[in-house]
Amino acid sequence: MKIREIRDLLDAEVLCCEQNLDSTAYSACGCDLMSDVLAYVKDQAVLLTGLVNPQVVRTAEMMDMICIVFVRSKAPTKEMLDLAEDNGIVVMKCNKRMYEACGLLYSNGLVGNKVK
Amino acid sequence: MSEPLIFHFDINGDDFSTAGQASVQIKKNLRQLGLSPEIIRRVSIAMYEGEINMVIHAHGGTADVKVFENYIEIILADNGPGIKDIDLAMKEGYSTASDTTRSLGFGAGMGLPNMKRYTDDIKIDSILDVGTVVTMRINIS
Repeated sequence: MKIREIRDLLDAEVLCCEQNLDSTAYSACGCDLMSDVLAYVKDQAVLLTGLVNPQVVRTAEMMDMICIVFVRSKAPTKEMLDLAEDNGIVVMKCNKRMYEACGLLYSNGLVGNKVK
Repeated sequence: MSEPLIFHFDINGDDFSTAGQASVQIKKNLRQLGLSPEIIRRVSIAMYEGEINMVIHAHGGTADVKVFENYIEIILADNGPGIKDIDLAMKEGYSTASDTTRSLGFGAGMGLPNMKRYTDDIKIDSILDVGTVVTMRINIS
């Protein structure tokens, strides 16, 4: 699924790296626990989270994730956006809750990763 | 055997917002060396978890990454409280982290298990009230 479609499905606002909206995501992870995100490698993944701190962006960078979606209208700081910009990670925010945001992406074809 | 390339980092334990900076840097350094993305990811995730652990449990420490021809060694050393029961600490879900740490998205008891998951070998030497040294090895196939 293109990042652009994710933006449209979630009615999200893109906050940085808009030039990468045509990148393709193959999996997603909805989580506020960063160590759980780090536990399983995902392919070109999207991270949906309600957690706001720089470690969210660093975790995504460690996992080579391509997009972060902040749910529940959470807004990242400028420091976080600068970090994401440095690494080419698209950041967006939406006002949907985690469950609904994940459900919308899943039901439209972006399935999660199988646990190995 | 040729000398390893060594990267040294001092991990600041006073400011959680900076935790992970060294791991982001090592990822950049390893990319410049032309290592495979999978090896880079394994090294940086293992170091990242260790770096976070040092900040939340031990007020910081040092990290040394040694790049040999056939493997990479990560040595994390701190002067923190030590690990009372290493076997227990290796169990997924076991954590002694504070509620504050949990509210920051860590302390779920996955740090050491993740470090083991992404490395080929892990050795933990810990003495209570003295400190901990974690040595990890990732083979370059």
